[in-house]
Amino acid sequence: MSDAVLTLEGLHKRFGALTATDDVSLTLRRGEIHALIGPNGAGKSTLIAQIAGNLRPDAGRVLLDGEEVTALSVAARARRGLGRSFQVSSLAEPLTVIRNVMIGVQAVSGHSFRFWTPVHRDRRLLEPAMAALARMGLEHRAWTPVAALSHGERRALEVACALALEPRALLLDEPMAGLGPEGSARLTELLESLKQEVPILLIEHDMQAVFRLAERLSVLVAGRVIAHGDVDTIRRDPRVRDAYLGE
Amino acid sequence: MLALLLVLPVAADLLGHPYYVSLASRLTLIAMAAVGLNLALGYGGMISFGHAAYFGLGGYIAGIGAYHAFDATAFMGLLPGSDNLLVLWPLAMLACGLLALLIGAVSLRTTGVYFIMITLAFAQMVYYFANSWPTYGGQDGLPIYLRNQLPGLDTQDPLTFFLVCFTGLVLAMALTSRLMGSRFGAALTMARLNETRLATAGISPYPIRLLAFVVSAMITGLAGALYADLNGFVSPSMLSWHMSGELMVIVILGGVGRLYGPLAGAVLFIGMETLLGGLTEYWQLFLGLVLLGVVLFARHGVMGWLDGGESPGREPHE
Repeated sequence: MSDAVLTLEGLHKRFGALTATDDVSLTLRRGEIHALIGPNGAGKSTLIAQIAGNLRPDAGRVLLDGEEVTALSVAARARRGLGRSFQVSSLAEPLTVIRNVMIGVQAVSGHSFRFWTPVHRDRRLLEPAMAALARMGLEHRAWTPVAALSHGERRALEVACALALEPRALLLDEPMAGLGPEGSARLTELLESLKQEVPILLIEHDMQAVFRLAERLSVLVAGRVIAHGDVDTIRRDPRVRDAYLGE
Repeated sequence: MLALLLVLPVAADLLGHPYYVSLASRLTLIAMAAVGLNLALGYGGMISFGHAAYFGLGGYIAGIGAYHAFDATAFMGLLPGSDNLLVLWPLAMLACGLLALLIGAVSLRTTGVYFIMITLAFAQMVYYFANSWPTYGGQDGLPIYLRNQLPGLDTQDPLTFFLVCFTGLVLAMALTSRLMGSRFGAALTMARLNETRLATAGISPYPIRLLAFVVSAMITGLAGALYADLNGFVSPSMLSWHMSGELMVIVILGGVGRLYGPLAGAVLFIGMETLLGGLTEYWQLFLGLVLLGVVLFARHGVMGWLDGGESPGREPHE
């Protein structure tokens, strides 16, 4: 499949007797949002860690735009265009919003062993960072310290940080976590507007958001993908209802 | 503060108090060594308890160069001695950089209290090595009979030598400031504040930290080389963990990760040592109390207290 941006092939990961990831394969295609859902303890975090590079799978491969990245570090995958956000916000609180975004621009616009030019006047960093903030509706907060942002703004900033990498694929780990219905709806809208630019692998608990956003879904239970398909297929699948939707 | 440090020794020299000039030189060099440590400890969040290794190694290079130049022998039968500071300074920085590259490459695999202990352990190894090498005085240390030379300047003159030290301090501070404003500085700051963010942004923290550690050691090493020349003497005490501790205390007193922190800390430290040390042997008791006060009530040190206690890593004024 030439339009697969991110491909997982037969990933396996064991911790002692526990098989946390059991033969997981999936693809993320250009222009789509692919949602990964599953009950707590299904192994979503372990799988994300293998995609992002925090964990090495015992077997299987991870491909980004057809290029194998299975053995690469988190930073190397990020440079190759894998943008990521975290379930628990991971921002540098004392720094301003724009500083958090600029660090991502810095990595893709050359190396960080530049010692002389002050960054706060470097337009090659500032302009792309501002553009990423504008995509998430945060440009008016650029010079505010992260510590002063609301929870909703932080969630949006996480995504803006990932966008600063000019990513080929986004891996968003529960971006709606802790958002109220209003914030959740707002972020859903923003993500929908992004998917043409960059495909998103979305791990999310908010089913309303998932069903609205995702073209395709994969359901992870006990480390295995038990079903995948489009929204209607998943909604009707009896195994999914049993394992997860609990209807 | 820098201007004051420049004016007072000049005045003291004119009034004929060479003691105060050499005291100012000492303060300047201790501050410069702390500027080096501040880059690792303050800006990089790497709590090195072994910076005496670089301070002392710098000192020993000045001492060993002078020793061989004095009796026209060669270091380990190979390298001739030199008393030219234009040779000794780059050599001291190079040696300290290489030592820090080795120590850092191993130590930076650890974090937290393990990092503190492993840097201490390496520094103690260097300390005992110097202690047990009789050629260069062993535990008695090594005298430098004639202060090393700088072409065109009379380094024996206290004021001239002070001005050399002062230039070193200013350059070290300017370098720190420039470095921390650059892309490298942005990455180092992020490595301290949030390592995950840095890696997710596509920058591996390890090489960034390692380079900062090496530059930090080079600055401290150069200060050490000058310090040995100031005293006309280098001994293992420059390498001991007391020295590492003093540098840490100075950085913390002055303000961790503040450009002027090490200077403020050195002024406070040397000031207390000179004033209270004249009154009582137990002046360090008062130093301890001040340190306690700073840690409890002014977490960003004297400099943080002076400019309102914002956290370091804030924006430069844009």
